[in-house]
Amino acid sequence: MNREAQLIFEVSKAGRRAYSQAPKPVADDKLNDLPAALRRQSKPLLPEVSELQVVRHYTNLSSKNFAIDKQFYPLGSCTMKYNPRGANRAAMLPGFLKRHPLAPESHSQGYLACLFELQEFLKEVTGMKGVSLTPMAGAQGEFAGVAMIRAYHEARNDHERTEILVPEAAHGTNPATAVMCGYKVREVPVNDDGDVDLEALKAACGPQTAGLMMTNPSTCGVFERQVEAIAKAVHEAGGLLYYDGANLNAILGKVRPGDMGFDVIHMNLHKTFATPHGGGGPGAGPVGVSERLKPFLPTPIVGQDGDSYRWLTDADLPQTIGHLSAFMGNAGVLLRAYYYARALGREGMLRVGEYSSLAANYMLKRLQQVGYTAAYPDRRASHEFILTLAKEAKAFDVSAMDVAKRLLDYNQHAPTTYFPLLVPECLLIEPTETETKEALDEFIDAMARILEEARENPELVKGAPYSQPVRRLDDVRAARELNLVFRPGASA
Amino acid sequence: MSNIPAELRYAKSHEWVRLEHDGTAYVGISEHAQDAMGDLVYVELPEVGQTVAVADETGVVESVKAASDIYAPVSGEIIAVNEALNDTPELVNQDCYGDGWLYQIKLADKADLDGLLSAEDYAAQLEEDA
Repeated sequence: MNREAQLIFEVSKAGRRAYSQAPKPVADDKLNDLPAALRRQSKPLLPEVSELQVVRHYTNLSSKNFAIDKQFYPLGSCTMKYNPRGANRAAMLPGFLKRHPLAPESHSQGYLACLFELQEFLKEVTGMKGVSLTPMAGAQGEFAGVAMIRAYHEARNDHERTEILVPEAAHGTNPATAVMCGYKVREVPVNDDGDVDLEALKAACGPQTAGLMMTNPSTCGVFERQVEAIAKAVHEAGGLLYYDGANLNAILGKVRPGDMGFDVIHMNLHKTFATPHGGGGPGAGPVGVSERLKPFLPTPIVGQDGDSYRWLTDADLPQTIGHLSAFMGNAGVLLRAYYYARALGREGMLRVGEYSSLAANYMLKRLQQVGYTAAYPDRRASHEFILTLAKEAKAFDVSAMDVAKRLLDYNQHAPTTYFPLLVPECLLIEPTETETKEALDEFIDAMARILEEARENPELVKGAPYSQPVRRLDDVRAARELNLVFRPGASA
Repeated sequence: MSNIPAELRYAKSHEWVRLEHDGTAYVGISEHAQDAMGDLVYVELPEVGQTVAVADETGVVESVKAASDIYAPVSGEIIAVNEALNDTPELVNQDCYGDGWLYQIKLADKADLDGLLSAEDYAAQLEEDA
């Protein structure tokens, strides 16, 4: 068996240790405080390996990664942009790394100052009136946002509002969030140009409307042109407007959700603010709110008293929706975003939106020239765009997934496939502002060659990838037969 | 062209309904729908005894590509669900009009059927969407 394909558990040999990482032995009497019934009787099943084995195992595994540090990574709706190394350097200063989360405020003034300024930057760039950095991921930011909408209505004794409106082109997590917060979801259709069907929206608004969750630019890769009319319709019905920050990159510094009429927004710092992303985080999903939702922000928030900073807690915000984690957000991620915002400054932020949109529109035009079909040919792309391969699927029996897999053989990470759901056989492509024109051209050339292959030798595309450590994975079986627990002696 | 049995009624959202002699009806998803979803990996079914109105959510079909809600094409009480789908969701792909049925419903109002599409109209809708 290929040693690199083994699990670290499978190379385990009793008695081997990685001394520098082993926990210090605990004297038996230290456990006396724990009731005997709660103490485990057998050792946990941990791999017993040498330090070199650990290093080699994970270095070999990591070399197989498709990653932003190795390849172009145009994963639409995910903003896989380059993470500047300077941000890591700043976040790893010993004063930050070794700060204890329970350290008194007087010992954490530098850290608190950074977070306070980050709150201010995010307010400024989104046009919102208050920001809390505490949500630990985009999903938690969404949860916090809709929980605030609920708290707002309840504080007004308005208990009839049971529905959240979600346009078809919203981010996929939005309906799940609304349900998590106890609302019913009502879907609003999108017209052929990717805009919300305004008449359908107006018809759906009523005294039962708690709010609307919207992604703008939407997952159709286009800017919602009637956003002001949408905001008016929802507000007139007494609902609030939620902005999903998944696509904030396209408009950063250009248009502000606060100015569009949104009451609450979450931002994915791990997308828009270039903090590490993918592989499950950690992320950061700060929320921003309009004036009327400020009392409900999740705690803690960093406040300023004269020259010093302190945590604002439930005592300062009696109507808060409360804590979302033990402390406040993912400190290291927030510090990286702070560095990024400081490094870019106001002008740099404007260029993020401009260059990410320019790159996307360049790719869209070039890919149309080589023969691909745009899902919204009459619309200018935002920072991402959709191709539909419905025609190719019919003519050559080559699907969007086949093209995505074939891209790996050209050393290009696949774009998002089959999302949004309303476009058949789609690829959602987002180049970001951090790529050179040469990198964009390489991807376009690869796509052009794959289209030729699909015409001349479709079997070649359907059998891809050929160059990777594994061939086409059986994703149906992987989903149907979950097998996640390693047991020694059990066959894989 | 996908298979659209003439004896069934169809919802715009791609569910089919087969009326039985006893006033109950079977509900499933059309061949077009299962084909567009791809290989199903999970089917969430409604609860037996649940009363539903037209267009209520009555479960989810999930494939590796997408998850899609199932809407009740008619109103009534759910009297049986296809338990076999818990372990073998692929039945929907293999035989969507037969062994891949989703649930059986006791119709509250037969007039609901008039709001559904005939096979011919459903075929026309698919043609239009294509």
